[in-house]
Amino acid sequence: MSESTASSRSLTGLANPTRFVVLADRLVPWFGTAAMVIIAIGLVMGFAAPEDYQQGTTVRIMYIHVPFAWIAMLCYTMMAASAVGSLVWRHPLADVSIKAAAPIGAVFTLLALFTGSIWGKPMWGTWWVWDARLTSVFVLFLMYLGIIALTRALDEPGLSARAAAIVTLVGFINIPIIKFSVDWWNTLHQPASVFRLDGPTIAPVMLWPLLISAAGFTLGFLTLHLMAMRTEILRRRVIAMRRMAAQAAEGDAR
Amino acid sequence: MSHAFFVAAAYIVSALVLGVLVAWIVGDQAARRRELAALEARGIRRRSAGNGNAGQ
Repeated sequence: MSESTASSRSLTGLANPTRFVVLADRLVPWFGTAAMVIIAIGLVMGFAAPEDYQQGTTVRIMYIHVPFAWIAMLCYTMMAASAVGSLVWRHPLADVSIKAAAPIGAVFTLLALFTGSIWGKPMWGTWWVWDARLTSVFVLFLMYLGIIALTRALDEPGLSARAAAIVTLVGFINIPIIKFSVDWWNTLHQPASVFRLDGPTIAPVMLWPLLISAAGFTLGFLTLHLMAMRTEILRRRVIAMRRMAAQAAEGDAR
Repeated sequence: MSHAFFVAAAYIVSALVLGVLVAWIVGDQAARRRELAALEARGIRRRSAGNGNAGQ
């Protein structure tokens, strides 16, 4: 068996929902535990790091606000990749991935908006401004709500999946807008300070806790996504089995 | 309000919201597993059950 055939087989194997559920059962406890430990390490390091010379203790909101905002965009990017998988390759788990990820992405986006707002009040003197960064993230939140509604609009999950995949893919245009909004427009929100061509502008003593916290929350997000995908597969099994039971009952009645 | 209040509020509300998200995902999963167990107890089997090619 050639290497490419073996690799193709392992990919096909992952596309099998039963094998996916078995894999998720194995990974979720490890991922979940590791996520909690890494988040705890990141936040303890964050609180042990010195306060910012201008922002004081409010800089500690950064250790959750920034990971939430990154995950809000990461989740949507994963959903867009799943939408390609759904529309191009009809991958059986791609629709499941979009439907399972949308509520999680909405929660992380809401938390990014909330923690940003509560950070903005003492630092900017306002809870909210309609600048390009805040507005584009708010649009992302609305898009998540729309996709949640679309994926749950019909009883038959397959029917709404195609529409949800198209909307998700079209909405991906918002992700680079969010990322570059602080460069393209004059915003109250600060420009990028970690992922920059000339390197991070944050002191290492604050950068490391931020990166560790972000890694922990990302692992936590992946754990929740795996769990939600597994639940969605189980939900579709329940629907299929209820239909079979109803058809069997109808056959008996004739 | 002190700066510490804003930091505490951000962390407490985030922890509560994430707690609700985790509880919802775990609860949804437990409910679906109960439904599957009840269907299997009634003798209903998926067509693909047993051959390792589960349908959705």
